[in-house]
Amino acid sequence: MPIDKFTTLRSSCIPMPIENVDTDQIIPARFLKATSKEGFGDNLFRDWRYNKQNQPIQGFVLNDPTYSGSILVGGKNFGSGSSREHAAWAIHGYGFKVVVSSFFADIFKNNALNNGILPVQVSAAFLEKIFKAVQVDPKTELEVNLEKQQITLVSSNESESFEINPYKKECLLNGYDDIDYLLSIRDKIEAFEANRVN
Amino acid sequence: MGKTLFDKVWDSHVVTQIEGGPSVVYIDRHLIHEVTSPQAFAGLDERGIKAFRPENSVATPDHNVPTVNQHLPIKDELSRMQVNKLAENTAKHGIRHYGLGHPNQGVVHVVGPELGLTQPGMTIVCGDSHTSTHGAFGAVAFGIGTSEVEMVLASQCIMQPKPKRMRITIDGTLGKGVEAKDIILYIIAKISTGGATGYFVEFAGSAITGLTMEGRMTVCNMSIEMGARGGHIAPDEVTFNYIKGREFAPKGDAWDKKLAYWKTLKTDSDAVFDKELKYRAADIEPMITYGTNPGMGTGITQSIPAVETIEESARGSYIKSLAYMGFEAGTPMIGKKVDYVFLGSCTNGRIEDLRAFTNFVKGKKKADDVVVWIVPGSGQVEKQAKQEGLDKILEEAGFELRQPGCSSCLAMNDDKVPEGLYAVSTTNRNFEGRQGPGSRTLLASPLTAAAAALTGKVTDPRDFL
Repeated sequence: MPIDKFTTLRSSCIPMPIENVDTDQIIPARFLKATSKEGFGDNLFRDWRYNKQNQPIQGFVLNDPTYSGSILVGGKNFGSGSSREHAAWAIHGYGFKVVVSSFFADIFKNNALNNGILPVQVSAAFLEKIFKAVQVDPKTELEVNLEKQQITLVSSNESESFEINPYKKECLLNGYDDIDYLLSIRDKIEAFEANRVN
Repeated sequence: MGKTLFDKVWDSHVVTQIEGGPSVVYIDRHLIHEVTSPQAFAGLDERGIKAFRPENSVATPDHNVPTVNQHLPIKDELSRMQVNKLAENTAKHGIRHYGLGHPNQGVVHVVGPELGLTQPGMTIVCGDSHTSTHGAFGAVAFGIGTSEVEMVLASQCIMQPKPKRMRITIDGTLGKGVEAKDIILYIIAKISTGGATGYFVEFAGSAITGLTMEGRMTVCNMSIEMGARGGHIAPDEVTFNYIKGREFAPKGDAWDKKLAYWKTLKTDSDAVFDKELKYRAADIEPMITYGTNPGMGTGITQSIPAVETIEESARGSYIKSLAYMGFEAGTPMIGKKVDYVFLGSCTNGRIEDLRAFTNFVKGKKKADDVVVWIVPGSGQVEKQAKQEGLDKILEEAGFELRQPGCSSCLAMNDDKVPEGLYAVSTTNRNFEGRQGPGSRTLLASPLTAAAAALTGKVTDPRDFL
């Protein structure tokens, strides 16, 4: 199934300057019982966002109307822990299209890309600049250009380039899906099977 | 230049290499459970295709299952639906399925090895990050997301860039009361939860080769907790002896042929790793965690690090973590109150773990104010524990053996640690709320868990040995 195409995005952002945000925080295990991909956005960061009475916890950034936008900016080692793709579905379902951090856990990064979410890895210094700029002005905008592999703090026009696997870049720019590709090379896969020694 | 074990296994499974992109990697064994698979099967249905190589996949429900009264329908409606969906999907696609009540049902990473489904040189994936467990056999095994589960079902392949290679060598002899779990908690405490991100790790050295298969599985299981794509250990006689005779192990001539191949699966002496780390077994003491990620661990006789010793940029997260745990920096771990003890999971739910715990508590009594859950990793582990009479010894000491599943490791079933209470747990993650909303987890070995179960406090297991 095609994923969302991504070219450029200019948006304000939601800052979450916490290190090691794990996938159990992004989507707690008790919400993994669904058999479809829908509805996970409602439970994104559930236990940081709502108390036991299901009331919004004041002070948590997603409950603070000061901040808005479709870019989530997290601390170092974002998405560590479980392989649950539900974390990517929750982030996507909530409306985020980009996650920025100075370091991503491997499986999360892959899961994000497979769902049309762009993980943008920046330097620790640039991440700090974003957090500071948003602290001063919550409406601070970021511009992410996938073609140029560049992220820009719009207010100061400071930019940094980011890495992305060229194949994954092509997939995101065009909304391609890995499974379509794999199905198209089944003959190669069958040939591999036929020629195996061990 | 020589090849590493990882290179040998990975390279022999590359179907095609995309220019400037990922490798298309053939998967020998695909393990499936109920939580991360329904959306993948739904994807196949939407495309109108069937599983490409159903015989290469095996499924069992584990995450959601209750650990008592498994003969009754699951009470939680959503859990029941998910478990039923797995039975339905696997039947539709002709995939082997060990459902609730089947003697082979259990935690998928305990079931694979004990049935001989896990073999050296294989590529093994599962929609679960602890798939790295199977690396103990010299396989390349790692967790994948649901999109990738769908890829494997559709094509028996995934697409991933080749990770870098790291070797972690631990030489020497482990001290009394120090177990495989302590080795891996020690390493993660040294390098942090992101310390191996981007790498596939080979564990080596005399302290590693001296471990049983169960111990090796415990070490490889937690590779993901240091961010590694996976971790593995070169197969040797210990490995081959473990596999021989198991249900899905090769037999007769096929065994001899495989064995000859398996013996080639080791890192060449002139192979080069992208990174090498070395530790001494003698420096490792029983470990315990004090924070909210597995890297926040320390020797059990130590105190929680002072805030000033933490890198300045990380102090905010550190203070938040200790606040969640209700711990003060600088205080000793020994003597902290324990309300729950959990023995089980893909990390420490194998027969050897049950034996270690049982031998430790034999002839003693459980502390009155501690709730203890002992959950075998699989139906086979449960059966063997009973055959060995472990259940009786546990009963006499005030414990009970429950039924197999992931249980309180991630608390998707009813085995939840209540808010604010402390659990010494033989599992792999101490994240906020991992064992139930508001729960506080201290990761440790089966022996350290047993010591806490007897005293109701964090206790050095060596005090009893």
